[in-house]
Amino acid sequence: MQDQVAIARPLPGPALRPPIANLRKGFAFLLVLACVVAAWEGYKLMAGATGGRVPFTDVALPVRGDDKSMPHVWDILAALFSPRQRGSDELLFPFLLKNALFTWREAATGFLGGSTLGFLLGVAFARSKLLERGLMPYVVISQTVPLIAIAPMVVIWGSAVGWPAWVSVSLIAAYLTFFPVTINTLRGLLSPPATATELMRSYAATPSQMLWKLQVPAALPYVFTALKVSATASVIGAIIGELPAGLNEGLGRSLLTFSYYYISGPEKLYGAILVSALLGIAFVGLVSGVERLVVRRGGAGG
Amino acid sequence: MAESMVSIDGVHMVFNQGGADEVTALSGIDLEIAPGDFVSLIGPSGCGKSTLLRLIGDLLSPTSGTVTVNGKPASRARLDRDYAMVFQQATLLEWRKVIRNVELPLEIMGMDPRARRAKAREMLDLVELGGFADHYPWQLSGGMQQRVAIARALSFDPALLLMDEPFGALDEMTRERLQMELMRIWQRTGKTIVFVTHSIPEAVFLSTRVVVMSPRPGRIVETIDIDLPRPRTFDTREDPRFFELLTQVREALRGVEVEVP
Repeated sequence: MQDQVAIARPLPGPALRPPIANLRKGFAFLLVLACVVAAWEGYKLMAGATGGRVPFTDVALPVRGDDKSMPHVWDILAALFSPRQRGSDELLFPFLLKNALFTWREAATGFLGGSTLGFLLGVAFARSKLLERGLMPYVVISQTVPLIAIAPMVVIWGSAVGWPAWVSVSLIAAYLTFFPVTINTLRGLLSPPATATELMRSYAATPSQMLWKLQVPAALPYVFTALKVSATASVIGAIIGELPAGLNEGLGRSLLTFSYYYISGPEKLYGAILVSALLGIAFVGLVSGVERLVVRRGGAGG
Repeated sequence: MAESMVSIDGVHMVFNQGGADEVTALSGIDLEIAPGDFVSLIGPSGCGKSTLLRLIGDLLSPTSGTVTVNGKPASRARLDRDYAMVFQQATLLEWRKVIRNVELPLEIMGMDPRARRAKAREMLDLVELGGFADHYPWQLSGGMQQRVAIARALSFDPALLLMDEPFGALDEMTRERLQMELMRIWQRTGKTIVFVTHSIPEAVFLSTRVVVMSPRPGRIVETIDIDLPRPRTFDTREDPRFFELLTQVREALRGVEVEVP
């Protein structure tokens, strides 16, 4: 609804712009990556030269820069393409990818369930102030309870009921997912200006037409912002949920295992962290892709 | 004469009644608008002209008094879609192409897709925007957006148009062009139009009648019949009678504005 009094702008050249924009984005990403690698290695170099102290002082550096604390970037990469353990013929990277896929399935299930719940709560709150006043404090409280306290409980209850462990993990992922979606859906549904609401009333639109033809399409950009936050949160939820769940698969399990062997091979833990980050990026990328399809076309019943 | 298109009888409008911030927006309003009339409501900010328009449209309910539209209570008339509203902001839905914005009311009324598409095209041609059907609102200038809003308002053929400073956000040249266009449409369709403005020349140029209002509380001070010949053209603005009427409206407004501190 912004740009209402804008001067006619030329159409963006759809054939030309996106590839160049993508190239630029890819370049920016690589540039930052190079900076991060340079900073990492630079820190190690500095720590080596000063003996683990801040230059020209006696203050110890927060992280020692030796190869046990901070392995070289190339050592981490090399570890990814070495056997995952002595005597195994499986390389670390495919092993981690397999586990990432397992974790992603748990996270995505939780993400779908949690976002659906979050959206429905947002709609309910937008419809009824009373409901919002009554329930919102509990929704907020639910997010202040530490996840580490909740996760084992969910796992114990889940095993008492007898469902598979991954369901408990998905529930934990859902628990982290729904909140941002609720808040942003509510905000988005209430975003149309007063005149847009008056316009719909002047057409004698029913409440459900008001919702689907005005409020929901207006809310979509807000919802997708939340979904991107939730996508990463669901991955974190799933990883944390896997720790008490006693699963033999998943990134949570891999992270736990490699942290036991940190002293002898820190590169593997860093590799697992790297793959966890990749999973988060991939998931957010997927959500962004769906957003481009849905929001550009102005679909959603609009 | 046929019965009134709009009949306002003893209307008072008080906001936040009983509260510390109680405001009497309108007091003792009586107004009859005949079918085919073009009536402008003019007055300084805070005179309740937009509030009056919303009472006619049943977007607000009066504290006391009655509003009758097309021979029925305003609430019934709204449900029967007897009127269409045009706001200062075009209020187009940004995720819909122009044509789908024009279709919106027809869609809500349940018209089948092919019929409403045809109707929307016809309306876009009427406002001379037939070539922009597949553009998005942000690709149009403010004046074009407002023409789309007018096409949308006309799409379901309501008897009455309620316009709340529709050209208020436009530059002077666009504004005069759209005034001509509105004149043309009004003459072609025979709609009744209630038009809120705070431009004196605009009110005089367009209207059959100008209703001058005063603020706090909003009252009708004077109703001035505009007897300029029709059709009105660019020459109308240079007619001596046009200037006489401008002066008459200005005088009526001056009596109002003395109260402003």
